[in-house]
Amino acid sequence: MTETTYREAIREGLREALQADERVFLMGEDVGHYGGCYAVTKGLIQEFGPERIRDTPLSESGFVGAGVGAALGGMRPIVEIMTVNFSLLALDQIVNNAATIRHMSGGQFSVPLVIRMATGAGRQLAAQHSHSFECWYAHVPGLKVLVPGTLDDARHMLKMALADPDPVIIFEHVLLYNQSGELSAAEPPPMEQAVVRRPGRDLSLISYGGSLPKALSAAEQLAGSGIEAEVLDLRCLRPLDAAAIVKTVSRTRRAVIIDEGWRSGSLAAEVSAIIMEQAFWELDAPVARVCSDEVPIPYPRHLEQAALPQVDEILAAANQVLGRS
Amino acid sequence: MNGQQGGKPHINRDHLLALLTGMVRIRRFEEKCAELYTEEKIRGFLHLYIGEEAVAVGISQALQPDDALVSTYREHGHALARGIPMGPVMAEMYGKVTGCSRGRGGSMHLYDAAHRFFGGNAIVAGGLPLAVGLALADRMRGENRVTVCFFGEGAAAEGEFHESLNLAALWQLPILFVCENNLYAMGTALDLSESEKHIYLKARSYGIASWPVDGMNVVDVEAAAIRACESIRAGAGPQFLECNTYRFRGHSMFDSQLYRDKDEIELWQKRGPIVRLQDWMQTNQMLHEADLPGIERIVAAEVEEAVAFAEEGEFEAESDLTRDVYTPRADT
Ligand SMILES: Cc1ncc(C[n+]2csc(CCOP(=O)(O)OP(=O)(O)O)c2C)c(N)n1
Repeated sequence: MTETTYREAIREGLREALQADERVFLMGEDVGHYGGCYAVTKGLIQEFGPERIRDTPLSESGFVGAGVGAALGGMRPIVEIMTVNFSLLALDQIVNNAATIRHMSGGQFSVPLVIRMATGAGRQLAAQHSHSFECWYAHVPGLKVLVPGTLDDARHMLKMALADPDPVIIFEHVLLYNQSGELSAAEPPPMEQAVVRRPGRDLSLISYGGSLPKALSAAEQLAGSGIEAEVLDLRCLRPLDAAAIVKTVSRTRRAVIIDEGWRSGSLAAEVSAIIMEQAFWELDAPVARVCSDEVPIPYPRHLEQAALPQVDEILAAANQVLGRS
Repeated sequence: MNGQQGGKPHINRDHLLALLTGMVRIRRFEEKCAELYTEEKIRGFLHLYIGEEAVAVGISQALQPDDALVSTYREHGHALARGIPMGPVMAEMYGKVTGCSRGRGGSMHLYDAAHRFFGGNAIVAGGLPLAVGLALADRMRGENRVTVCFFGEGAAAEGEFHESLNLAALWQLPILFVCENNLYAMGTALDLSESEKHIYLKARSYGIASWPVDGMNVVDVEAAAIRACESIRAGAGPQFLECNTYRFRGHSMFDSQLYRDKDEIELWQKRGPIVRLQDWMQTNQMLHEADLPGIERIVAAEVEEAVAFAEEGEFEAESDLTRDVYTPRADT
């Protein structure tokens, strides 16, 4: 067991991948000389050189598309987009090329590409820098979407993504980078499996990524009043582990879904629909969702916090599905 | 005010003092912002323009009140030079409802309809297409106005830059592109990011009249801007200025600046836009002893007032969280 941070865990994962396979290289804005805008890639250019830790100009569409091409050409690129906000400039390459080429070519070509990006709000960066579009990418067949919410997943999910023959997007929530703790000795389960982070019998809190710590903290507080909440970490948003969702809800009969995306058309809506379709008769109460308010994220702290899912709101929703309100 | 006369800037004392004051205002305002950032009055990202003031001040000399501006996240200088009052700009940094964007945008998103200031945009190159559209609207509505679009050299690598230049040239739109080339896009040096390092040549390849300008010399910037805006108003189509400049501070408040030497920064500071004008005026006996202290006093008072205005402002009520997502309609 070693003490580490989420940021360092990702860096270790990158280092291991670069050492393990010569075809692996990393490219993105400021990943090299600057050390990454969130300091994730610090020191890697010294260790692996500028060919494999490749600084790119501000050309998201260009270098993401080049990642698709390099993957087709036999490399194993890891493309870093600074944040999900700038991935919008590369949306065409991700959706129209990376996600479709396998299918459009009748199975002749695969795109073994990994794209990493930071996501989420909470740092008062205002509307254009605070998006959570995990759900948009999870909408697209052909992509896989990972959302490491723990140190272990930060450390090991990259390797799993690289072992996958298809494009995988990894979302790193900006508020997780400084999280510290110890890594487990054991490797985490396969990337497409949801994991129960805290067992409980009274209700299920279903969450992922940056909202996972909030769900865990709500569960802790509920325990204080004798409520045992089970916390399910989705880990992978496409494909979703429907069996795990059905399993937890079948045990607890009540569910609250916590998701930083806007409520309408959210990932939480999809999880809720799965419960409706596959576990309706197991439920004792309607499913509740805690999502972001339907507003571009405002700059001032009090308004930003009001817009984002909070532990208080999770507690209120929990009480509501428990009929305690 | 406007120092324009027959296509040339005045080289008279009053005008030069006004330019100097304009630059000192921006400098002192931002130094205060940096201080307030460490006090956590200002949060989020704060990108200082310190070192680049000659560009904003020089360009704004060529503008009329009904011209439009589109800017970036490094836009405090553009906003102040444009004449947006300092109080609402500071209040915006505080996130107060008295801010020029009701506090919703913060440092990166200053907006002001009265000054036709269409925003700080935090997506690199995101403002260029917008500027093309503003100019297109003017053209279609028969307005003889200029749209000025500021952006960094980093933007030149984005597709939006190239698409916008092509559209502007193809449709011969009344737009002034101002590239603020400060040699670094965050930590990436221009040398590492562009195959053709002269950004103005890229504009020429689209058939746009385009020049490099010494962005550390406010008089040069002013002269170039006046020439360019006159051509635009005369119907000559888009113009492009690459202003060569340098930011003295980090990219934002989170930058440890490992990508450049202290010596390089010092070298540029010696040629800074404020000392440069000061020295020139001194050499030419245009700067009197009392001038500088006088400017500093006036500016200090204005900054102090702006801070007081920001401090006094209220935070918007949480119950108003979802306002201004849509425009209220008179008919509903
Ligand atoms: C599309 C996009 N990609 C990346 C970023 C992150 N980012 C913000 S500023 C910046 C550097 C931009 O440099 P430049 O255009 O030269 O302007 P400067 O900051 O030097 O004024 C980067 C990479 C962004 N805001 N938008």
